[in-house]
Amino acid sequence: MSGAVIFGRSVGRSNLWRSWRRLALDGAAFVALSFILLPLVFVTWLAFFKQEIPSFPPEGYTLHWFAAILTQKAIIDGFVMSAEVGVAATVIGLALGVPAALGLVRHATRWSGAASTLLLMPLVVPAIVLGTAIYVAQVEAEILVYGLGYEMPVIGTIGGLIAAHALIVIPWVVRLVTASLAGFDRTIEEAAKNLGATPWTTVRRVTLPVIRPGIVAAALFAFVISFSNLELSLFLVGAGRTTLPIAILQYLEWKIDPTIAAASVVQIAVIAAAMLITDRFVKLTQVV
Amino acid sequence: MARLVIEHLSKRYGETSVVKDLSLDIPQGEFLVLLGPSGCGKTTTLRMVAGFIEPSGGSITLDGRDVTTLPPWKRNTGLVFQSYALFPHLTVDENVAFGLEMRKVPAQEMRERVGEALRLVRLDGFGDRLPRQLSGGQQQRVALARALAFRPDVLLLDEPLSNLDAKLREEVRVEIRELQQKLGITTVMVTHDQDEALSMADRLVVMAHGEVQQVGSQRDLYERPAGRFVASFVGRSNFLEGSLTGPRRFTSEGGLGIACASDASFGKATLALRPEAVIIGAEAEHLDNSFQGVVEYISYLGSILDVRVKLTPQDRIIVQIANRGGQALPAVGERVRVGWPQTVGQVF
Repeated sequence: MSGAVIFGRSVGRSNLWRSWRRLALDGAAFVALSFILLPLVFVTWLAFFKQEIPSFPPEGYTLHWFAAILTQKAIIDGFVMSAEVGVAATVIGLALGVPAALGLVRHATRWSGAASTLLLMPLVVPAIVLGTAIYVAQVEAEILVYGLGYEMPVIGTIGGLIAAHALIVIPWVVRLVTASLAGFDRTIEEAAKNLGATPWTTVRRVTLPVIRPGIVAAALFAFVISFSNLELSLFLVGAGRTTLPIAILQYLEWKIDPTIAAASVVQIAVIAAAMLITDRFVKLTQVV
Repeated sequence: MARLVIEHLSKRYGETSVVKDLSLDIPQGEFLVLLGPSGCGKTTTLRMVAGFIEPSGGSITLDGRDVTTLPPWKRNTGLVFQSYALFPHLTVDENVAFGLEMRKVPAQEMRERVGEALRLVRLDGFGDRLPRQLSGGQQQRVALARALAFRPDVLLLDEPLSNLDAKLREEVRVEIRELQQKLGITTVMVTHDQDEALSMADRLVVMAHGEVQQVGSQRDLYERPAGRFVASFVGRSNFLEGSLTGPRRFTSEGGLGIACASDASFGKATLALRPEAVIIGAEAEHLDNSFQGVVEYISYLGSILDVRVKLTPQDRIIVQIANRGGQALPAVGERVRVGWPQTVGQVF
């Protein structure tokens, strides 16, 4: 009898303990999420303010600033430029990063550790330092090519910018694709070869399709990283040709009306749309 | 479908030999089983035939065509993996069609052959499913259909049943064997399960430590094992240590004089005796070998009983008796008579 009572009480206590833990966990998640979302909420809110100088409380709401974006050629051009560079850097990043990840996972040698560290380096070096270094390197490259008797501009070209963006995109591609190769059952590659597939056909028909979710996630990350990059682009863009983040920064040097908030909202919407569309094909929660 | 000839095949990794001088001639249509404990080299042999491991020496020929150095995709062998290795992103139809696609079979013929292969494994109607929507047994059958659809020269089975539960295993065993006979396809299966091996094979190869211990039919292996390893690995055996002390005369460590069928010369020897070949009770009296003993232990296993009998302090044997129900059973501590004809004892 008394045993049953004690048993009952201990069950009750453990339930209480569990609900406390649950509450604490939910609370922590809420705080963290607010921390991430609050700036987005404010920027979005600001984009609809009526007055030109943002101040609280808002005097009213308007869609005027979204229309105003269209009058800002620098922002429109920057948007197009960022999209172009982002797509190109993503394509190059995948073309180099996916084989690199396959090589690192598949052919472990004593250099693999060093190679994978090297591939992650662009993440470790502060972006502003990386930007300076790439700028100097591109200057040197131009001088070197010129010294050989050719004239090939590097600095300030879209090619130079794309190359730099590809560099910062590669670590993400390598990491995401490596992660998706972790649980890969290699006997299916053997099965393909047994059925008559050459190694190249095996990669094309079996390996890549199976790790497709990882590749799609890598492409998405690559694009977002490139699209929102400011530090590298600052050094490398040519005169009069800027990316969206630079255009926003330049605009802010003169004015702080909600046009910029509206442009940011558009940028956020573009990235969110990319994520939602991707998620329809590949569950992002499975790979990230 | 072809004759598979393996000659002096070997595989070394540095100093360790995994397969040593293995030669086998497998005629068209034979179901050969490589049987042995893990690490005996059976899987390595199979993978060398499939082309995934490069032999250190020897040759493999399929119908006279030397394939020893060919890559897997040029060999035309159908391999069923232990884990099935189905392509997770392709449907059942696409999985089965893969080998045909690689061979550039026209679309119309491909459809027919995929359908035919799936009918063969009784999975027609499952073509649109993905592998993960199938049970283990169904996945296994898709793997089999996939390996058969492109009409390989030889079917290779790598422990194909070990991931199935016991009941299903027995069904699929019969199914694979019947299918193989119907198609008349040369087949090599690797397994560590002796029941599986005995129930499916035309001919068995027992391997240990990279070497062939014995090649033969079920009956050869069971009734005339070539050595102690085979005698203990295929079925169960009692082993009595001792020596040959005269023509057809074995003397155990405990001093029992045993008549045996060996023509071997004098020297240390082991006598192997199948538990079910030993008779217990009064009828043991008139046999070539007949001894008194004491029952030490009894395991009641349902259809059979294992009775451990102490003959001398050094010599103990397990006697298996069939439980027909209702008969008098020996009891622990009871004095019993056991015996066996001289022909059933094997001396190594």
